[in-house]
Amino acid sequence: MSVFTDATRERAREIIARYPADRSRSALLPLLHLVQSEEGYVSPAGVEFCAEVLGLNKAQVGAVATFYTMYKRRPTGDYLVSVCTNTMCNVLGGQEVYDTLAEHLGVGHDETTADGKITLEHAECLAACDYGPVMTVNYDFFDGVDPQTALGVVDELRAGGRPMPTRGARLCTLREMAVQLAGFADEREGAVADGGPGEPTLRGLRLAEQHGISVPGFDPNTPIRSKAEADRAAAEAKAEAAKPVPAPAGNAGVGEPARPERATGSTAPDVKAPDDKSPEIRAAETRQPDASTAVPDAPGTTVPVDTTPPAPRDAREAEAAGVAANAPAGDGKPAGDEAGAQQRNLSEAEAGAGANGAGSAVASETGVQK
Amino acid sequence: MTAPRPETLAKLTPVLTKRWLSPDAWRIGTYEKLDGYAALRKAVKAHPDDLIQLIKDSGLRGRGGAGFPTGLKWGFIPQGDGRPHYLVVNADEGEPGTCKDLPLMTHDPHSLVEGVIIASYAIRANRAYIYIRGEAVHAARRLRNAVREAYAKGYLGKNILGSKFDLDLVVHSGAGAYICGEETALLDSLEGFRGQPRLRPPFPATHGLYASPTVVNNVGTIASVPYIVLGGAEWWKTMGTEKSAGPMIYSLSGRIAHPGQYECSMGITLRELIELAGGMQPGHNLRFWTPGGSSTPLLTADHLDVPLDFEGVAAAGSILGTTATQIFSDRDCPVYATYRWLEFYHHESCGKCTPCREGNYWMVRVYRRILAGQGTHEDLDTLLDTCDNILGRSFCGLGDGATSSVTSSLKYFKQDYLDYIEGRTAPKLSDKQLVGAH
Repeated sequence: MSVFTDATRERAREIIARYPADRSRSALLPLLHLVQSEEGYVSPAGVEFCAEVLGLNKAQVGAVATFYTMYKRRPTGDYLVSVCTNTMCNVLGGQEVYDTLAEHLGVGHDETTADGKITLEHAECLAACDYGPVMTVNYDFFDGVDPQTALGVVDELRAGGRPMPTRGARLCTLREMAVQLAGFADEREGAVADGGPGEPTLRGLRLAEQHGISVPGFDPNTPIRSKAEADRAAAEAKAEAAKPVPAPAGNAGVGEPARPERATGSTAPDVKAPDDKSPEIRAAETRQPDASTAVPDAPGTTVPVDTTPPAPRDAREAEAAGVAANAPAGDGKPAGDEAGAQQRNLSEAEAGAGANGAGSAVASETGVQK
Repeated sequence: MTAPRPETLAKLTPVLTKRWLSPDAWRIGTYEKLDGYAALRKAVKAHPDDLIQLIKDSGLRGRGGAGFPTGLKWGFIPQGDGRPHYLVVNADEGEPGTCKDLPLMTHDPHSLVEGVIIASYAIRANRAYIYIRGEAVHAARRLRNAVREAYAKGYLGKNILGSKFDLDLVVHSGAGAYICGEETALLDSLEGFRGQPRLRPPFPATHGLYASPTVVNNVGTIASVPYIVLGGAEWWKTMGTEKSAGPMIYSLSGRIAHPGQYECSMGITLRELIELAGGMQPGHNLRFWTPGGSSTPLLTADHLDVPLDFEGVAAAGSILGTTATQIFSDRDCPVYATYRWLEFYHHESCGKCTPCREGNYWMVRVYRRILAGQGTHEDLDTLLDTCDNILGRSFCGLGDGATSSVTSSLKYFKQDYLDYIEGRTAPKLSDKQLVGAH
């Protein structure tokens, strides 16, 4: 009845077994990666599968699946090409790379080429800013790309080749990658060993090595002080401080006052927060500036301008023009290119419902339990 | 580009990064030869409370941005309460500009695994999770391999090194949501829900994962633990400043000659970091920078000598954050940079609270209008007013962080905004992009 075989079910059981017995819902994210590995996206059947093995309803699963960017809602290609267009990569040329690829492949964000090879997306920060601009293929890095090298990578992929990422392991398909995301080891010979550190990663280390710099005083045999020792040291320090003059040499021994076995409240140096408040409370307080807080250019302050400020009517017109140019989307999603995608989703969903007969494609939206 | 001066070079403190130079350090055999798992052998012979005290004594503060004292956090876990305890490592690195945890997990995964075992032993947790960002696939590969190796060697599982201490460790991949870097959203995500932040209190220390006492620590924090156990608190405090002890991995990106990771004594200045990185790129002059990712207010060339520790950056009106210094020059536009960050916050807002969800949505539109040359002077007031309605009124730090670059860029670079509005700068976005930009 479904694409999910006994092997998939066996894997699902393995995933669930990683979490405490009464907390199987924790397995939901890896399970969604698992069903994505079978179909290339999280289909209504995939949602149903997760719901079934975890004893949830489809609405609960659907709500989670639609929250996360990595769960795709339409069939994807063999390779997901993600170009970082967040600020740093963007100013270093990432936007150009994305625009070039989009034009060359003839697809937009979250769309797949007709040959089913490549899904393109622009991504937010991929945590490789020292290599910017970066792009990833199935999440493995191609560093310091420019439009030409990026084109070379996608052309090789479309021609059936598998270019080697600059960091990370040799490429596999997106579905194979989803198996790893579900928490299974990369079984490919040598894949874990692929990808040494790049120069930016090592830059500071090389500098230290070159100039013979290391942190002095490291002794791996430094003992861990026990509480009794710490207390004794603290008591000694206290006693030392209390004495106005150094104790006479003969004082040590029988006449020494008994040290408390466990001092009440250690006086060992304790590391405190800058103050005793929790950081959240402190943040909340600093977030709420009061009248005495200097706020340059607070709202309402007249903006110094070279020319006369626009009359309110002008502003209204400008705003109206702005609104007209920024038609809001109906569902709180960005306007513009999403509309086409939604339309496509809808028609695909309808087509899928027709094909399956049972309307399973829309079931995830309804939350009806079978 | 002149070579860095000796006094600047002396601020380099290769500790956490040191093994990255050994290409096979991710294999357990190599790791063991490089002091690996020696800290664990030492730790399991000590009393857990002594380990917590050791971390308190070291002055270690969270490396994920907030800088909360780690030992204090561990000490909050109620002991003898009969409930299971959990350690969760926040490896959901996604703050724009931040790129220090991924190389650490890729090139030295065992140091994190060893830190997890020691920390779990200290707080008496028998289950630990590493919640790693979904996109970080190569780091996850190496980490899963390290966990498997550690089980095979008896460092994980039952009766670790004969200590009667049991620990199971699971590497759990996320699925692409920046908000899951917020600790309570991370816990919700780990429980199989949408990653949305929880109301605090109760704090995770008493009601965290599965409503049980939980410590959530950043990768860098936990990976520091084995070094403190080996070298001691006094040695650790020889690095950094009085209140910000230890080394810190500074991630430099942008318009400098050699971007990359520089592990330095906390309290180094940007001037010194740029010196280490070989200076600015030819033809570029420093204009603005983030001290710790895009959620920290921008600083300018006037702040080159601010000590980059928790106190120093706060005194300069920003936040140390994740020490991700993104460096921009006079060829980069602060208005456009801020706009791109806002697109990010708008995309990543989880939608739970109105100020962040709506505020970022509208601010993005105001920015598009300004950058398309259709902005008005009132827009600037609208932006500040919107920030005022987000900052401190949103559910979690994501909303607060979104306002940082807006208010700070308006503070330092108002003229750049006025130049777009008054037509002195050519529009950066076309009408086409106004509609289509996602």
